[in-house]
This record gives sequence, structure tokens and C-alpha cells, in this order.
Amino acid sequence: MLEQQLVNALSLGCVYALFALGFTLIFGVLGVINLSHGAVFMVGAYAALQVVTKLGWPLWASLVAAFVVSAALGLAIDVLVLRPLRKRNAPHLIPMIATIGIAIFFNSATQGVFGAENLRFPSELVPDAQLHFLGVQISVLEVAIIVLSFALMATLLVVMRKTQLGRALRAIAESPKAAALLGINVEGLFYLTSATAAALGGVSGVLIALYSNAVFPLMGQPMLHKGIAVIILGGMGDIRGALIGGLFLGFAEVMSVAYIGSTMRDAVAFGLLFIVLLLRPQGMFGKVLERKA
Amino acid sequence: MMEWFENFWQVYNNLVLTIGVNALLALSIWLTLSCGLLAMANAAFMGIGAYTASILTMNYGAPFPVALAGGIAAPALVALLIGGPTLRLSGVYLAMATLGFGEVVRVLILNAESLTGGALGLNGIPQATQWWHVLLALIVVLLILWRLRRSRIGRAFEAINEDAVAASLMGIAVNAHKMLAFALGAAIAGLAGALNAHLTFFIGPSEFGFDRGVDILTMAILGGTGGLTGPVLGALIVTLLPELLRSFRDFRTMMNGAILVIIVLFLPKGLWDPKRIRQWFGRKAA
Repeated sequence: MLEQQLVNALSLGCVYALFALGFTLIFGVLGVINLSHGAVFMVGAYAALQVVTKLGWPLWASLVAAFVVSAALGLAIDVLVLRPLRKRNAPHLIPMIATIGIAIFFNSATQGVFGAENLRFPSELVPDAQLHFLGVQISVLEVAIIVLSFALMATLLVVMRKTQLGRALRAIAESPKAAALLGINVEGLFYLTSATAAALGGVSGVLIALYSNAVFPLMGQPMLHKGIAVIILGGMGDIRGALIGGLFLGFAEVMSVAYIGSTMRDAVAFGLLFIVLLLRPQGMFGKVLERKA
Repeated sequence: MMEWFENFWQVYNNLVLTIGVNALLALSIWLTLSCGLLAMANAAFMGIGAYTASILTMNYGAPFPVALAGGIAAPALVALLIGGPTLRLSGVYLAMATLGFGEVVRVLILNAESLTGGALGLNGIPQATQWWHVLLALIVVLLILWRLRRSRIGRAFEAINEDAVAASLMGIAVNAHKMLAFALGAAIAGLAGALNAHLTFFIGPSEFGFDRGVDILTMAILGGTGGLTGPVLGALIVTLLPELLRSFRDFRTMMNGAILVIIVLFLPKGLWDPKRIRQWFGRKAA
């Protein structure tokens, strides 16, 4: 029984981590809390659903479609909204408010076009095979989510740590001005980051839509709240932190549902967040940035 | 004229009073922002105020002023309790911790069914709030905040907002001032919640969640946080927009979002930005 709970926690945690990866990437590099990440995630899921149902594409191709569509959306958001705000040196909160507007825009545009009802992927397309080993049951989809989360995180980590691109991104994260002086194409990398983060968001949208078997206009909002909790738990802008924070949250939720009751699930997530912040304000991996007198 | 006004009031009194309540909420977050704190627990404080006041009137038959006082005191008390550990955090972390606290409050309300009605909320709250209650509350709060800004405390808030470390070196009790701003903001949000509960007949836990918190922040930032006019103006706009955009039907919230983005892009300091307005008029005169 406990083993099964642990497996459930692992897959739920990976779902959260997958969402949080793009979220934390944008915060790490651009320094923006991107509250439109939930909307991008939702757009990815709708894009995949459209190409599957209207064009009859196979499931793997719909992942590609979601990747492309949400990357384009992320790029557009950056070019049209975030870049003008960067140019103006807008204070911290302003880009966040702008992304709230963007989220409202896409959430209700989707509702206007596709309706508020819950749509599903055709059931014959969703892999429903179950694997059994050591007395635990796990679906193929869950395995895919777990593998993909770890693979994406590993890729991102390698890119950030070992490549020239990663060094440039880390330099930007420290100080965009200094990075520009060193000849790094800061704007170009901002675009790249926004597009990549959005693409990750879109793909996770498809996977999570398959996992929970639901596509609806506001599907991104609860994920966004969880995503915030995850990147706080793991440390803002930290890639390892996104995975560990996600796993931690998934574990806490599954255990609280199993042993306390499902109604307290959200209180556990955010209560944990509250406590972690009080004990370790910078998250589990974050660095202390505060200036002391 | 009188008749026109009566018709207008019949249709729109709820909307006008909602503007007042929202203005109080925007001012409550303005207060903490003016002290350099990005605290996002105001939706939760509003909820605590609303539930306290409603339970006082419904279960204990308390007169309206007593219920209001309870609605003000309870969130302020909670703010004092959580303020100690929470206000050590700064910037985004404070925002997230307070958001987290807000979610905890929401779920607790959801689970304390015997007292709060759980997910069904509280129904049939007596409609004790008159239009002048809201107006009076708004005027009193504005007066207090206006006086506060010009006092020693207001200047201390400003100093902390500019640079907390420098302020502490100048002998300002930073933590005490932060606590004061936080508790006072909570009290104002609680007042708004209590008034609103006795206006709308019904309250439920989902009203006081993440989205409401974001809404409140949006009103303040949109209006401009440079002075007291901004938050009130922001509340006016955010409350009216959905009504004005009624003809867009399904897409009206979409327009709402688009307008929000446009304002942020083109009016960096919010709608109420005296410098910019002076600039505009100056150019016209020249």
C-alpha cells in the first residue's frame, strides 16, 4: 500500500515539476514571475487536442504541435509585452501584472472560442496500459511523465552547467547589463528563454491533460498555484529545485490525502509552503540575497 | 432628474457600492505597498473579516456596528500573530508566503463547516449595509491614511520603502512599522469584507482565494501607488470595466485582460500619475 502511494506521489510530483520547470526558468533568467504560464500550458493542451481531433494527427505529433504553438506564443508574449517593459526598466511587479492580463486574455478567449466545457482526448488514443512490478501498478502514461520530467530536467541542467549557452544564461541571471557588456546577445537569449519555457509549459499541458483526462479553459490556474508553491519550495529560479519541490509537493499531497483526508490537500501544500518560507526563506536551494546592515 | 436618478440607483446601486468596497481593498494593499511590503494576504483578511462579521450577526444576533468592529478586529489580530515570522521575508518571498497563508485560510474556512457552512458558504446574511455606510467607511479610511502619510509614521513608511537598511540605521523601528502597516491593512481589508458580506447576502470561501488577491493588487497597481487617488481610481476602473464591456459578451473578460496589458505597457506608473498629467497639460498650454 505504501509502495503504491509512493509511486503515485512520484508521478504527481513529476507532473508538478514538469509545469514548474518552465516557470522557474523564466524567473531565473528574466526575473519575472510569469503568471501567464498557466494560460500557455492550457493553450498547449488545446493545440494538441485540435490537431488530434480536427486533423487526425497521432498523439506524438500533437506533442510537437503543442511545443511549436506554445513556443510561438511565449515568443510573442516576450516580444510584445515583456520586452517593452524591460526596455523601460519597469519595476519588479509591473511585468507580473502584465502577465496577469495576458492570462485573463487567453483564458477567456479560449472560453469564448471553445466553450467552458471539459473536453477530452479520444479515449482510443490515450495509452491506458498498466504495468505491474513488485506489487505496484503504474500506467504507461505515468512512466512517460516521470521519464520526460527527469530527462528534461537533466537536459536543462547540462545545458545550464556545461555549455557556452548556459554560461551566458547564468551571466544574464546575475546581471543582464554586465552580460551585455561582455558581448552576450542578451535580448536574443531572453527570447530563447521565453520560447523554451513556454514550449515546456505547452508540452506539460498535453501530458497533464492526458494524465487527468481533462482539457478546459481554466485548467492552468490550479497548476499555476501549485507551480508557485513548487518554485518557492525548491528555491526561485533553481532547476533542480523545481524537480525536488515538485516531488516534495506531490509526496505531501498524496500522503495527506491518504492519511488526513482529501479536503485538506490544498491546505497541506500551501501550509508547507508557509512553513518552509518561515524556516528557510530562500527555499531549499535558493541563495540568500538579502543585504545586512 | 430625480426619477432618472432613482432608476439609475435601482439598477446600479450594487455596482456603486462594490466600487466602494473595492476601493477600500485597494487602499488596504496600498498601505502595505507604501511601506515596501508586497503582502498578498488581503483577500484572506477580507475573508476573515467577512466571516467574523457574518457569524456575529447570524449566530449571535450582534448589532451591525459590533459585527463591523469584529470584522475589523479579527483580521488585524491574525495579522499581528502571523506578522512576526512573516514580515522577516522580503520581496517576492513575502508575496508568496502571504499567498500561501491566504490559501490555508481558504481551506480552513472550507473545512470548518459547522461555523462557516463549508463550500456552500453562508447564506441569508441580513442586508444591513446602507450606501452611506460604505461612503462613510471610505471617507474615514481615506482621512486616516491621508493624515498618516503626512505624519511621522508615514514618513517612516516611505523611508522603509526606499531603503529598509538605511531607515533602520537612521533609528526607525523598521519591524514595528512594518507590523503596523500590515495590521492596519488587514483591518481595512476586514472592514471591506464585513461591509461586503452584509451587502451581497451570501459569502463563500472561493470568493477569498488567489484570484481575489490578484484582483486587489491589480486595482492598486493599475491606479498607481504614488498616492491615495490611484487605488481608488484603479478600483473604479477594474469594477466598471466588465460592465462597460458588456456588449462583447463572451469575450468581455478577454477585453478586460487586453486593457490591463495595454495600461501596464503605456502607463508605467499607473493611471494616476500627477507628473504625467501635468506634462500633458503643460504641453497643451505651450
